[in-house]
Amino acid sequence: MVTLNINGEQYELDVPDDMPLLWAIRDVVGLKGTKFGCGIAQCGACTVHMDGTAIRSCTTPVSAAAGEITTIEAMEQDPVGKRVQQAWLDLGVAQCGYCQGGQIMNATSLLKQNSAPSKDEIINAMAGNLCRCGTYNRILVAIERAAGGEEQA
Amino acid sequence: MTVDTKDPVLLANVSRRRFMLGVAGGSALVLAARWDWAHANTEEEQKYGAAGMPGGWTDDPNVFIQIDADGTVTLVNHRSEMGQGIRTSVAMVMADELGANWDQVKVQQAVGDHSRYGNQNTDGSRSMRHWYGPLRRAAAAARQMLEQSAANQWLVPVEEVRAGVHEVVHEPSGRTLGFGELAEAARGLEVPDHTSLKLKSDGDLRFLGKETGIINGELKSAFPKAIDGEDIVSGKAVFGADVDVGDRLYAVIARPPVYGATLKNFDDAAALKVPGVKKVMSIEGTGQPAAFKPLGGVAVVATNTWAAIKGREALSIDWDNGPAEDNSAYTSGSYREALEKRSQSPGKVIREEGDLAKAMESAAQKVSATYYMPHMAQAPMEPPNATVRIEKDRAEVWAPVQNPEATRNTVAERLGFDPANVIVNVTLLGGGFGRKSKPDFAIEAASIAQTFEGQPVTLQWTREDDLQHSYFHTVSVDHLEAGLDENGKTIGWLHRSLSPSISSLFAPDPEHKVDFELGMGLNTTPFNIPALQLENPPASAHVRIGWFRAVYNLPHAWAIQSFAHELSVAAGRDHRDYLLELLGEDRKIPNPSVGDTWNYGEDPDIYTINTGRMRGVIERATDEARWGKELPKGRGMGLAFHHSFVSYTAVVFDVEVDDAGELIIHRADIAFDCGPQANPERIRSQMEGACVMGIGIALQNEISFQDGVAQQSNFDRYLLPRMTEAPREVRVHLVDNPDVPMGGVGEPGLPPVAPALVNAIYAATGKRIRSLPVGDQLKA
Repeated sequence: MVTLNINGEQYELDVPDDMPLLWAIRDVVGLKGTKFGCGIAQCGACTVHMDGTAIRSCTTPVSAAAGEITTIEAMEQDPVGKRVQQAWLDLGVAQCGYCQGGQIMNATSLLKQNSAPSKDEIINAMAGNLCRCGTYNRILVAIERAAGGEEQA
Repeated sequence: MTVDTKDPVLLANVSRRRFMLGVAGGSALVLAARWDWAHANTEEEQKYGAAGMPGGWTDDPNVFIQIDADGTVTLVNHRSEMGQGIRTSVAMVMADELGANWDQVKVQQAVGDHSRYGNQNTDGSRSMRHWYGPLRRAAAAARQMLEQSAANQWLVPVEEVRAGVHEVVHEPSGRTLGFGELAEAARGLEVPDHTSLKLKSDGDLRFLGKETGIINGELKSAFPKAIDGEDIVSGKAVFGADVDVGDRLYAVIARPPVYGATLKNFDDAAALKVPGVKKVMSIEGTGQPAAFKPLGGVAVVATNTWAAIKGREALSIDWDNGPAEDNSAYTSGSYREALEKRSQSPGKVIREEGDLAKAMESAAQKVSATYYMPHMAQAPMEPPNATVRIEKDRAEVWAPVQNPEATRNTVAERLGFDPANVIVNVTLLGGGFGRKSKPDFAIEAASIAQTFEGQPVTLQWTREDDLQHSYFHTVSVDHLEAGLDENGKTIGWLHRSLSPSISSLFAPDPEHKVDFELGMGLNTTPFNIPALQLENPPASAHVRIGWFRAVYNLPHAWAIQSFAHELSVAAGRDHRDYLLELLGEDRKIPNPSVGDTWNYGEDPDIYTINTGRMRGVIERATDEARWGKELPKGRGMGLAFHHSFVSYTAVVFDVEVDDAGELIIHRADIAFDCGPQANPERIRSQMEGACVMGIGIALQNEISFQDGVAQQSNFDRYLLPRMTEAPREVRVHLVDNPDVPMGGVGEPGLPPVAPALVNAIYAATGKRIRSLPVGDQLKA
């Protein structure tokens, strides 16, 4: 049995230790907002937070996921996450939307650690998240907008 | 997600009308005439546009619009949402014409059913082009029924009432009735016929054609808000494998690595020991040509996706390459060499004007170049997947598919079911780009689900599956030769274009491009050159070739737009000026006159090749980019344009290459002319996205084959653009051109991107790239 703390809830799961957190979240717990894109930590669609920091759930075995896991479904309860989500809506960032949960998780993690990142810092921090629709320019502006919102708050 | 579950309040008892025949002219048509629905009344003209598509079109309000007593307006979207924003745009078209309050609009996704909805194949940049007119008419009819219903209640002439926003007003008395209050009474009314429909004038529209969102760095407004926006940012949006179908099984399939190979035998003992694995079973393959049917192989079915993947890793499988024939010797390097060699000799002539031999003989200068574009995979971020539940003789499918009707029919065929007993629910697509126009993955899921009657099965493709078993973008060699006179003017142009054909997927390989492939920017070459010869030597297919966003426009634009730049360099002329000279005086080129019978399915009398619109986008993009301005060493601008999907695009890049060969893309200026714009904000997003995807085509994308096996299997080796590759700035310039028929949007932004970038690299470095992707060629 593996114990996972996801979005403030405790889950006792009968899964093998090496099962990636992604599949435990999606197929066993049933939270479908975290996406499968590559399985080798190359695309970022599976990004969740562990103790507030972005991790790739597709290569994190459940045995290594002992911290507090947060998924996109709980981001609106996070003040930074909520601001990021709003910036995404204001700028119409999403096209197909499949990668955007992971993008938002990664952007929120960035802003939690660096409340006023430079353009280059944003680009470097977001370089691990692929978007095949090509929404990068709007993502960049949205992160700047979300960061600016904090200054005004 | 099924459409038929709710009782429509409005219009439920009105018999369905179809206007495939008998659309008559008349004053009511005037407002819509520029969208050409008035032309659909002769047999000859019905071959074109929406009427030429399987299932045709309908503008029946009963099919698309439902109004509940509480005022909720439910609009049915029958096109697949894959990032182009069609669910929002379709709702905007109907809500605007109807007068619906955006906050009271809901969108319901249609199941696959051409007989009810008309054509649903979301492909070819057709959704708005074909459906703007019918959907506006459907909404106008519903609005007029609400007005009539109010007039009846108030016992006043209908001329005195007018629909405002979500209510009908009696202007003389100021009385109002809400849409919800009128819906019940409106349902009994006749649907007005076409001659009495009155579309809103442009001045009365609230959403359509209005600029919203972020425009070149400035946020105008975020209204109307995207239909799926909040669900996407909160993780609630439902893509294929996210459907809630209760207790289910998950499956993956091991497929033959070489196209056409078959399963010899397999050992599943180790796989069955993996915790969670329930069953291992063979999947019937298809052989060649495969069409939309599965490749076959071995499926591992488990209680979760991870167990299925682990189970597959534990399989031991022997494949028989015999049936694959020479596909098992398909190796990209030697195939390319063979095509390049063949490109040096004459091939099948597809267009010939003037005397090329004579022109070349008299030329003062000759230029020749050969260009290569490799296979690519569409690689939507959501890999293919499908969920199927079978009960007795009925199947229900949930899948991210571009073509739900084809999904329904091919799943039914595989199962031996009546298509009427197959329900295809279309989820959101996590990207499509042509990959999900083929429903092979849904057929695979159905094959597995047949073994687990009553229990849903989700088939998941991994990224390795996606990249190794795609319906790949073709591979191409384009060889061009030109003769220039003593003034540098191009007097002779030879283009030999070689690529395996998509039609090899459906029939014995023709080894030549077919009409729709030639029509994607090859025989439609628009230059005004005295002697021009276009040839198509043979090229055979050894993998499944399929549609990739913009399709054969990609290699054609890549070669032609690169070569035109090379000619300007040879002539010592400015690239923009030279391109405009190649185009010559503004003129309309009838498609049949250049041998193009395709024209994206559109009537050539209505959609004509227009070189004036090409000039327009070239001038707009270069003016906006301040073409010709002084740039420091190592920096340069590149230009390309292309006409596709009956729209026009030009792109200018401003790039820098440092001494180490590192490329920085400072800015892209994209000018786009698609004629009338329904939702300009989503047109901009399509151009921005095409820009990034095109950068990937130029710099990174390549699937190569060794002995028939794809050599890239994940994003570590199949590289896609990241934020680090994106331009620092992308500016989209939409050409205001409302008085022509509407063009496509999803695809036409892509073809000129790669040649524009490579031309910019030349301007910055003097280094000419003729083989894509650029990869590390700048560092050599």
